[in-house]
Amino acid sequence: MAFDVFEYAPAPESRAIVQLAPSYGLFIDGEFRESSDGKVFKTVAPASEEVLAEVAQGSAKDVDAAVRAARAAFPKWSALPGAERAKYLFRIARVLQERSRELAVLESLDNGKPIRETRDADLPQVAANFFYFAGWADKLPHAGYGPDPRPLGVAGQVIPWNFPLLMLAWKIAPALATGNTVVLKPAETTPLSALFFADICRQAELPPGVVNIVTGDGPVGAELVAHEGVDKVAFTGSTAVGKSIARTVAGTAKKLTLELGGKGANIVFDDAPIDQAVEGIVSGIYFNGGQVCCAGSRLLVQESVAEEVLDALKRRISTLRVGDPLDKNTDIGAINSAAQLARITELADAGEAEGAERWSPHCELPSSGYWFAPTVFTHVTQAHRIAREEIFGPVLSVLTFRTPDEAVAKANNTPYGLSAGVWTEKGSRILRMAQQLRAGVVWSNTFNKFDPTSPFGGYQESGYGREGGRHGLEAYLDV
Amino acid sequence: MSESKSAKSGGTAGSRAGGTEGAATSARIGVLKTYKLFVGGKFPRSESGRVYEVTDSKGNWLANPPLASRKDARDAVVAARKAVGGWSGATAYNRGQILYRIAEMLEGRREQFIGEVAAGEGLSRAKAAGRVDAAVDRWVWYAGWADKIAQVAGGANPVAGPFFNLSSPEPTGVVAVLAPRRCSFLGLVSVLAPVIVTGNTAVLVPSEERPLPALSLSEVLATSDLPGGVVNVLSGRASELGTPLAAHQDVNAIDLAGAGPELARDLEIAAADNLKRVVRPAPDREPDWRGDPGTARMLPFLETKTVWHPVGS
Repeated sequence: MAFDVFEYAPAPESRAIVQLAPSYGLFIDGEFRESSDGKVFKTVAPASEEVLAEVAQGSAKDVDAAVRAARAAFPKWSALPGAERAKYLFRIARVLQERSRELAVLESLDNGKPIRETRDADLPQVAANFFYFAGWADKLPHAGYGPDPRPLGVAGQVIPWNFPLLMLAWKIAPALATGNTVVLKPAETTPLSALFFADICRQAELPPGVVNIVTGDGPVGAELVAHEGVDKVAFTGSTAVGKSIARTVAGTAKKLTLELGGKGANIVFDDAPIDQAVEGIVSGIYFNGGQVCCAGSRLLVQESVAEEVLDALKRRISTLRVGDPLDKNTDIGAINSAAQLARITELADAGEAEGAERWSPHCELPSSGYWFAPTVFTHVTQAHRIAREEIFGPVLSVLTFRTPDEAVAKANNTPYGLSAGVWTEKGSRILRMAQQLRAGVVWSNTFNKFDPTSPFGGYQESGYGREGGRHGLEAYLDV
Repeated sequence: MSESKSAKSGGTAGSRAGGTEGAATSARIGVLKTYKLFVGGKFPRSESGRVYEVTDSKGNWLANPPLASRKDARDAVVAARKAVGGWSGATAYNRGQILYRIAEMLEGRREQFIGEVAAGEGLSRAKAAGRVDAAVDRWVWYAGWADKIAQVAGGANPVAGPFFNLSSPEPTGVVAVLAPRRCSFLGLVSVLAPVIVTGNTAVLVPSEERPLPALSLSEVLATSDLPGGVVNVLSGRASELGTPLAAHQDVNAIDLAGAGPELARDLEIAAADNLKRVVRPAPDREPDWRGDPGTARMLPFLETKTVWHPVGS
């Protein structure tokens, strides 16, 4: 490999900034406590399989205690003047900024994603979300939801492992700003940053019971969303689980928002700036190792430039660095868990078996931990599983098209509808495509951009409700 | 049946919907209308050949409207889906004008609807007139929303970077609507107009006991420049029609206004299968439809789309 000449020296971020305790309890009513039945589970670093800490496995009793604590805290919290509630959120935002390097390292350790991403994307966005929603707390009558919009009560929130702290921020910041109290269950494989956040709530002197964190596996989440004392359910995760939650809350008064899976189409026209498009394709599918619900996992490239785009794309992918998440040079970190790695492997194998052509650059993967090389499939048809199912990994399926109408038809040929990308220099075509694509977010000549002010969420089976922006308030208000 | 026979043999067909002549003394025999479904802009009978008996509030026979079947429901969804592209692609101004045209056509047939509402809901003529007038006014109100809702529900987002970022509401697609059971016309219009004004198409199941105003409304819709398939009306049992509609994979949303608590729960569970947007019925009793509707019945059937583009030179 010619690249060997320019081999990078390792540039590891120090993990000394994170003080990990051997074990962590549940955060209920302002205090850490053991699980009612004393059960624990281990959380590991996916890059090395090293055990990072033991974490309490919440029980039904613990969920009940957390909901009761949130219920008890609700009257006072919701009655606080908005300006005072806002100050708590501002405080949290500030502490998040102060501790952002520590949290970035922690997140990279527990999740396996590169420090470059946690440092430059996750953590800045986490703080920005608290700043943004803090400012809404005393301006709700101006948000377009009536003169005195009321909070719902206790919000039960279940979040995924791909952006642990950022998803926490997307859930907790709007819930608190609108006067709700919260019971949040982080993902089983990434509980640590939520527990560190509990400590931040303590530093911000947030009243006990306003935020409660119950760690554990899927059944704990199911317990939480089914709990009678919960008025609002917010879930980010798989479409299958989202559907089962929708069935659980059917016939109740619980308000539900769901942010689920996707199979985003990234559409490249022949007049697109190829180099920029290639960067966009790469960030679309390899950001966070493709473990992103809005990933651009289907590349639709116009036939006349398919070869040129693919050549450039493969060249670019060959320069991506896969490895130690704490190395500042790393582009692609570890897959979050053995289970996720198995799923990606199974789907990629199905792609090959169904006749698509598989390509990965030469890259050496670490011997321990969960790893999957960046992969591109060509000769993919719409019937292939890798074109239909969410892979949630660094696997790109490439299809071609000839006309804009064909691109739209192929892009929309999915039960999902979360994201789409369009690459072309022609303005009128961008707007036409943006109009036709059935997706909650359309990135034109860019991809995977997020902002607290920008509503995010899906059409169809990608879920309902929006997070972020003025729209994001609605999910937590009785309107 | 004996009651229904008496109504017929009395020869007072004019007392049925729309008849205001008080023709009992006249020698002329009234011309009865066969009520039909409204699907894809046409007026078919139920493919099942079934009808059911609809009476006035006192039990006197009024009509034998079609008892629509599951197959009719599926046909209606196909018609509604076909109409989505044209209707959602029409300009908001155009949609607003068509809704206003519906109000105009309705106003001209006011007497007929007063008769149907009074008979079906057991209201005095004056009260029924009040409901019909309110329904006409509601079409006018929603007509005006067509080209305003995007500005109220969407807008520019000040993202922290060099990007143009705009959120706009879009229709969700095909919406199944179980109309209120009691308020058969004002209630019906109050749930139908907000669905279609934003560009959705509808499969409407009117009140099971009081379907006639809805079926007559079809005749108004058919003469108001509303494209065929935008509204499809299926008289029949909410329980029988709700199930295939809630489970249908090509329906995007369902308004359960006319479902009782148990049916509503079952349909909400079925609707989860493709994550339809669900509007639950009011918790206790049917709301008073005369109040200011606000935006609460438009927003659930809109999707927010956010478009990003870099700013540069």
